[in-house]
Amino acid sequence: MSQTPTYDAIVVGSGAGGGIAAFILATSGLRVLMLEAGRDYDPLRETPMFQLPKDAPLRGAGTPEKPFGFYDATVDGGWQVPGEPYSVADGSEFMWWRSRMLGGRTNHWGRISLRMGEYDFKPRSRDGLGFDWPMSYEDVAPYYDRTESLIGVYGSNEGLENTPNSSPGVLQPPPKPRAYELLTRKACRRMGIPVVPAHLAIMTQTQDPDRLPGEIFPNNDLARRVTADSMRGRAACYWATPCGRGCSIRANFQSTTVLIPPALATGNLEVRTGAMVREVTVDSQGRATGVHYIDKATLLDEFAAARVVVLAASACESARILLNSTSNQFPDGLANSSGLVGKYVMDTVGAGVYSQIPALQSLPPHNEDGASAMHMYMPWWLYGEQLRGQLDFPRGYHIEFGGGRRSAPGFGAFSGLEPLTQGSYGQRFKDDCRRYYGSFMGFDGRGEMIPNEDCYCEIDPDNVDRYGIPVLKFHWKWADHELNQALHMQRTFAEIVDEMGGTLLSTVQTDGARAISKGGQIIHEVGGAIMGDDRRSSVLNQYCQSWDVPNLFVTDGAPFVSNADKNPTLSIMAIAWRASDYIVEQLGQRSIG
Amino acid sequence: MSDNTITRRGALKVIAGSAALGAAASCTPDELARSTESAHETLSGFDPLPPANPRAAGTLTDPDMLAPVVPWEMVLTDEEMRQVAALADVIIPADERSPAASAVGVPDYINEFVSAPAHKEHLTRLRGGLAWLNRTARERFGATDFPALTTAQQQEICDEICFEPDTPDALKPQARFFDGFRDWVSTGFWTTQEGMRDLGYMGNVPLPSFDGPPPEVLEQLGLAGEDLG
Ligand SMILES: Cc1cc2nc3c(=O)[nH]c(=O)nc-3n(C[C@H](O)[C@H](O)[C@H](O)COP(=O)(O)OP(=O)(O)OC[C@H]3O[C@@H](n4cnc5c(N)ncnc54)[C@H](O)[C@@H]3O)c2cc1C
Ligand code: SF4
Repeated sequence: MSQTPTYDAIVVGSGAGGGIAAFILATSGLRVLMLEAGRDYDPLRETPMFQLPKDAPLRGAGTPEKPFGFYDATVDGGWQVPGEPYSVADGSEFMWWRSRMLGGRTNHWGRISLRMGEYDFKPRSRDGLGFDWPMSYEDVAPYYDRTESLIGVYGSNEGLENTPNSSPGVLQPPPKPRAYELLTRKACRRMGIPVVPAHLAIMTQTQDPDRLPGEIFPNNDLARRVTADSMRGRAACYWATPCGRGCSIRANFQSTTVLIPPALATGNLEVRTGAMVREVTVDSQGRATGVHYIDKATLLDEFAAARVVVLAASACESARILLNSTSNQFPDGLANSSGLVGKYVMDTVGAGVYSQIPALQSLPPHNEDGASAMHMYMPWWLYGEQLRGQLDFPRGYHIEFGGGRRSAPGFGAFSGLEPLTQGSYGQRFKDDCRRYYGSFMGFDGRGEMIPNEDCYCEIDPDNVDRYGIPVLKFHWKWADHELNQALHMQRTFAEIVDEMGGTLLSTVQTDGARAISKGGQIIHEVGGAIMGDDRRSSVLNQYCQSWDVPNLFVTDGAPFVSNADKNPTLSIMAIAWRASDYIVEQLGQRSIG
Repeated sequence: MSDNTITRRGALKVIAGSAALGAAASCTPDELARSTESAHETLSGFDPLPPANPRAAGTLTDPDMLAPVVPWEMVLTDEEMRQVAALADVIIPADERSPAASAVGVPDYINEFVSAPAHKEHLTRLRGGLAWLNRTARERFGATDFPALTTAQQQEICDEICFEPDTPDALKPQARFFDGFRDWVSTGFWTTQEGMRDLGYMGNVPLPSFDGPPPEVLEQLGLAGEDLG
């Protein structure tokens, strides 16, 4: 393999991390090959925008094949991918959500886009637990600005503790609150809980193609041009249709509407779908030479060569590829001299309650669809109490809440009403449904998990997938930090419901194990190739670069060394962007590849 | 990837179609006209959706979402469908605001639901429940089956099983059947245009702006002075 590679970089995966890497590398003039295991997918032509539940099988209900409902954008995925199993160790519970489509899970993600704050980058320095990141908030802040400007994020700058402001002109205006959001804010105000505009990767306005591209790429004409063209083709949200189906008017962020089209427009990117990467190859000097992948159409093993390999197949998939890349030089897998590949997998802590709020009954009909996502949320507010040791868990959570008249009645409408209706049927039931319509609310906590030794993935020696590639086995154990936090969430939500004069329709647990979500269930899995300052205690440096293999990078959630309560994707993109700039710089200086 | 050509004509077509679709559920003709009109003014930038999706594999994990099909056979007999319709109408009868369950396709939805290969246990539970209703109709009122009863007679039977906590132990399975059946009827009914209109669901229409709750809503919630940002 001594011939000059056709490509400067191979990017494995086309989701948040892969999309950003391909976009930055291609707009910087590098020749990029993107390999994506899933099928080609075009939200402009495939999204069922206004289709109603009644037109779908089972009124759009979730099924094992489409767990989040018929119209959810996920292709060939969910908790299981056909022909691509994973295993879970005895005594562990872990759920792994994947999709197999261009753009990966950015096609159907929730679009909640919160920045990590200054505490979040240095958690160990603050409370002695977990690890510090090798960079600080200040290092990443410019990349948060660029990412938000590029993808379009609504929200507001509230100046709250560890909840960073964006630079002026970066955020789009938040939407007006809904009735139930205002009612909740009023109750929470009395309780000292902040309810503020949420941050979502949804555009409330069109982007200014004459201003933003220049701010994002002051020194790159090509990037400016393709970005401006892309922005001109994006419409603002029209306040209808669920974002989880994708958005054919490109008003929300999907890698397939925001990153891949302008990257292709440079002429520097080639996308190969149906390409399942199994291994990164290395030469005798231990430098990456390319990847082997299975072409799903022919089921043949193929090879592609490049000067740099960027893995962004999603945190655990990237760890899997590294662990499967064994050789005489690297018998324990590539980039694994620390022994930490696959270790310190984290998810988000989830716990919630469901309730009925009488004040919301029989409201005058009005359209509450809005941006089909939260307009408001509650950032973590008890930093001081936590620091003083007044809580029995060390890290925070934010609250996501919803309900009211948002989105069309679907499968399960008015199910389980018996405790409220005493089993009414007939005219009484019809009237009960009318009265209760719009009065249900759910509160969900999303909390920080601290990395621990018991949560990791490894290669399962007993099983391979349909392509013959060894699969992952997951190990999982929540610590008291998380269990106590989940209990605190439910108790707090019960107090909010009470303050609102509502009735709980779900149980507030006293056993944390019953309150908490399963590992992986919140679909914020990160870690598995953590970054750090020291090659002995980390897999990557702060630029997502392997300590062992200098032309190998991982730009998905795998480099995360902590998993703040802030949903990870915005940070994945900001950190991937920073790494991509570094790759461009290093390739330019010929210090790698 | 496709090209991103903006065809305004196409955009209008889609918006008009979708507005009609969603708004018919709730808006007065006036409101519909207004929202469609304003949407036309403010929106552009996307292509019309094709009638079907050639990219989709048509499998359960990659169905054609633009032209959905129910890929399994319906299993209920005509007799069973008649009984399902009768019970569905006891649970959601017609009134001045909307029709009865059977008038908006609820029995067909229930057939689809219990016929799904993954729902075999629901099918059995449904058949067991219908058998009990018919037997009780015969034993108590000498009728051929449940649909042959008067509404008052049907209600007398349903009263015994409509709320599990109050149901005698011997009838618990029937109560659980009734409870599940009510949920099916509810989904089947409220997801229709008629059901959504009845509830006052006004969404699924493109709007030029989202203005927050109208004053009468704020008033009723005691939020009149709240800052809407
Ligand atoms: C329903 C849902 C809601 C969510 N909501 C939010 C939210 O509100 N906020 C938030 O921050 N996050 C949210 N997330 C999480 C978010 O989707 C992920 O954090 C994000 O997509 C991760 O990006 P990624 O690039 O690492 O992986 P992905 O987006 O999963 O992309 C990875 C891609 O790599 C491909 N791939 C995998 N293995 C291989 C291989 N061997 N060879 C080639 N290609 C491969 C996959 O097919 C996939 O396309 C949500 C997720 C889901 C499912
Ligand atoms: S709510 Fe807005 S952003 Fe989301 S899919 Fe609908 S139009 Fe697009």
